[in-house]
Amino acid sequence: MKSLFDKLWDDHVITRRDDGAALLWVDRHYVHEGSHHAFARLAERGLPVAQPALTVGVADHYVPTRRDGGAVDADIARMIDTLTRNAGRHDLRFFGLGDRRQGIVHVMGPEQGLTLPGMLVVCGDSHTSTHGGLGAYGFGIGATEVAHVLATQTIWQKKPRRLRLSFTGRAAPGVGAKDMALHWISVLGADGARGHAVEYAGEAVRALSVEGRLTLCNLSIEGGARCGMVAPDAVTLDWLRGRSFAPTGDAFDRAAETWLALASDTGAVFDREERVDMADVAPIVTWGTSPEDAAPITATVPDPARAPKAQAPRIAEALDYMGLRAGQPLTSVAVDQVFIGSCTNGRIEDLRAAAAVLAGRRAKVPGLVSPGSTLIKAQAEAEGLDRVFLDAGLEWVEAGCSMCVGMNGDLVAPGKRCASSTNRNFRGRQGPGARTHLMSPAMVAAAAVTGHLADVRPLLEGRT
Amino acid sequence: MSGWAHHDGLAVGLARENIDTDQLIPARFMSAPRNAGYGRFLLHDLRGEPGFALDDPAAKGASVLVARRNFGGGSSREAAVYALVDAGFRAVIAPSFGDIFAGNAVNNGLLPARVTTGAAEALLACLPAALAIDLAAQTIALGDLTLSFDIDPIWKTKLLNGWDDIDLTASYRAEIAGYAKARRGAAPWVWPNETRGDPAPTTGSDQ
Repeated sequence: MKSLFDKLWDDHVITRRDDGAALLWVDRHYVHEGSHHAFARLAERGLPVAQPALTVGVADHYVPTRRDGGAVDADIARMIDTLTRNAGRHDLRFFGLGDRRQGIVHVMGPEQGLTLPGMLVVCGDSHTSTHGGLGAYGFGIGATEVAHVLATQTIWQKKPRRLRLSFTGRAAPGVGAKDMALHWISVLGADGARGHAVEYAGEAVRALSVEGRLTLCNLSIEGGARCGMVAPDAVTLDWLRGRSFAPTGDAFDRAAETWLALASDTGAVFDREERVDMADVAPIVTWGTSPEDAAPITATVPDPARAPKAQAPRIAEALDYMGLRAGQPLTSVAVDQVFIGSCTNGRIEDLRAAAAVLAGRRAKVPGLVSPGSTLIKAQAEAEGLDRVFLDAGLEWVEAGCSMCVGMNGDLVAPGKRCASSTNRNFRGRQGPGARTHLMSPAMVAAAAVTGHLADVRPLLEGRT
Repeated sequence: MSGWAHHDGLAVGLARENIDTDQLIPARFMSAPRNAGYGRFLLHDLRGEPGFALDDPAAKGASVLVARRNFGGGSSREAAVYALVDAGFRAVIAPSFGDIFAGNAVNNGLLPARVTTGAAEALLACLPAALAIDLAAQTIALGDLTLSFDIDPIWKTKLLNGWDDIDLTASYRAEIAGYAKARRGAAPWVWPNETRGDPAPTTGSDQ
């Protein structure tokens, strides 16, 4: 009786030490511009990359989203150039600027079929948990570990505890994977799943598209989980068939048989079980500086004076930074700008969901829309979504991490408030002094057309 | 990296929850090469806020940081640990840590010591002050106060010995080669082979 995670773990154990650490095989290692520390370490030791064929380079964190020939900041150009040279030196498959398959690593990897069910996937980026949406064991690692994986194609790990998070019932209209994720994080806390491998289960998870599952797993790290995953099923197989690097024909069918067998056995044991009733999940926004600071859009900003004593100082600090008043309705919070994109919500369905709200309407505030990959950009343009964004008054730009992390210069100015489809509302995440409210892409669109945090549901009436 | 068993130093308190890695080092500093030192980036954007503990002259030379729950959550950036280490820190004491941060800390000789919320509050109440950490015994001594801390035994051994994982893993070369061969047979699709042109990013079933 094994769980999905037990099977993934056991499949990758090379050896175990007496102290409980296991040496695991890495099937797929993604590197990006931020991996420069690890390549430097490898160079210091004169080591080659052990498995170049299993190592994939992607330019995403620093790439400019406006590539109209304007001057690129020298520091940013150097970061991309360093990655390009390291990928060339070590003979890695590389998706750089100008490659139409380029995109955010956690978007383009699954899109290309470079991530497949049953794989162990690592990357020097915490949102590597995303890949669990395909039934892979994906987790973020630091630079020392990146260097270790480059040098050995393995990683030492202690087995995390198993947590099954079941979503019972069905999603109400206007509620999606982002809301499910922010809801559980607000209930269990930003460290609520610390030390755990999360398996998302239940009717509402099964009903999610692969895009939704990738979003749900992406945010696992925001609840402190080591990784998050959804068992592969027919939805997964349909999504993967025909992807560039997925097997074809009989080879696909043989692989699919293996993948479907990864699902948790009936009676599999979990170290911990948590349940969410979908009746409790509404469209959600964050009000504070941690993803756990999330509430239904119909709620009010929490009052530190009414909060448990231990939480009061933190809430007061967060409200001070965010410039919010205790007790004010969330829908009364005016925003200065919006952002749609990121590894959390930069996929085609996300763009469609935002466009469904924006169609025929004008945004009251400026905003940026950055697709998760260049192929998604092309797809969106083929569907006419770019026109919807442009006609609404938003900017339609190239693919990259962009304003989620601001490394490429797409920043929110100090004191400005942004409704954002991203993953972190940390202080300064989108720029020094920036105020971020996390929400689904449809909710970002609702904020854009109203100029304040807003419930998307009335705006969807007659449209879906 | 060299191992260590004892540390005596000045501890400073940062009485906040959720000090995430974006606060420990804002992203805009991460393109700098390490050799110039990352200490000056540590908690950069919190510096200068009224009453910020690390700005206190009494905190100068501190090598131990005490904080509230969920220290180092968020991004996997090891630069957050570089900033602490390059600023002279050898240990962080808190009720809980982001998993990736804690692993990165250990890989750089920085101790993530887990204590109860009560113990963290007891320490925070009397900082800045000198304290002594005994890693083998897993204790923190500050005046008459002695507290115990938790650390994963694997991490403890690594900190004590200063192990380098790449060297350690080299001794398993034969096992790794054996595994790789078996993996290639069992899961040939792991070795990517571009089979056709680019697919449109279709969506499967729309929800």
